[in-house]
Amino acid sequence: MESQLDSAFAALADSSRRAILGQLRSGEATVNELVAPLAISQPAVSRHLKILERAGLITRRAEGTKRYCKLASQALDNLEAYLGLLRSALDANYLRLDPLLDNSQPSSDRKKKSKR
Amino acid sequence: MNKLTLEVDGASVIVTRKFNALPETVYRAHTEAALICQWMQGPEGWEIVTCVCDAKAGGSLHYEWSNAQGHGVSITGEFIELTPFARIEHVERMHLPDATPDNHIVTTFAEKDGGTLMEMRMTLPDEATRKAMLESGMEHGMEASFARLDSLDLS
Repeated sequence: MESQLDSAFAALADSSRRAILGQLRSGEATVNELVAPLAISQPAVSRHLKILERAGLITRRAEGTKRYCKLASQALDNLEAYLGLLRSALDANYLRLDPLLDNSQPSSDRKKKSKR
Repeated sequence: MNKLTLEVDGASVIVTRKFNALPETVYRAHTEAALICQWMQGPEGWEIVTCVCDAKAGGSLHYEWSNAQGHGVSITGEFIELTPFARIEHVERMHLPDATPDNHIVTTFAEKDGGTLMEMRMTLPDEATRKAMLESGMEHGMEASFARLDSLDLS
């Protein structure tokens, strides 16, 4: 079974879908409102919306004949929290590695460096 | 600045980082336990208490961290293939304390402008793993530094 996170990342791998999410950051929008600034057809946008909805990144609701799309902030928050954790752990590690590298250049490194 | 970049590519996370040393030096810092334990200490407040790295095909790695609150987190893994100074392929899993599914990681080191450009491509953990990692003691002291995910470029 594909996890929610897997589908979320797969959904985010497409630039049109990222653009749609970007638009939805400023609030709810209908499909037609989303189509306007994108250089793709309405059926294509609908397909992207379906993928985003399945990945839990957006929710959709009907009001009369109009269907509104909205960011599911929880899903994005979870992704960002995980990636933020990864980023800060790696950042902290590499900042400690930098000075260590200065002190442990092999002699061959120094020779090559001095030629530059 | 040797800024870390982190981007999502399908089911992988790709991390890149530049270092001011040649690939041989950076590779050694990633494969020799005596060097690894000096920098792979994790977030503020944690220290590495076990550091075993047998960097050869089939060799094992084992890192363990603990913090002042007595929380412990460890990673075990196995090396698949190593090309000295250029590439490391391995699998690893976290123990929180239950083992998470294997994370497959390929790390490459390329010489660039007299330094090294490192790229680390990791398979994404599934949701249960991610949740377990966020709930582990590792998030303590890190909330403040949660970085926004600028590389997703959602704006």
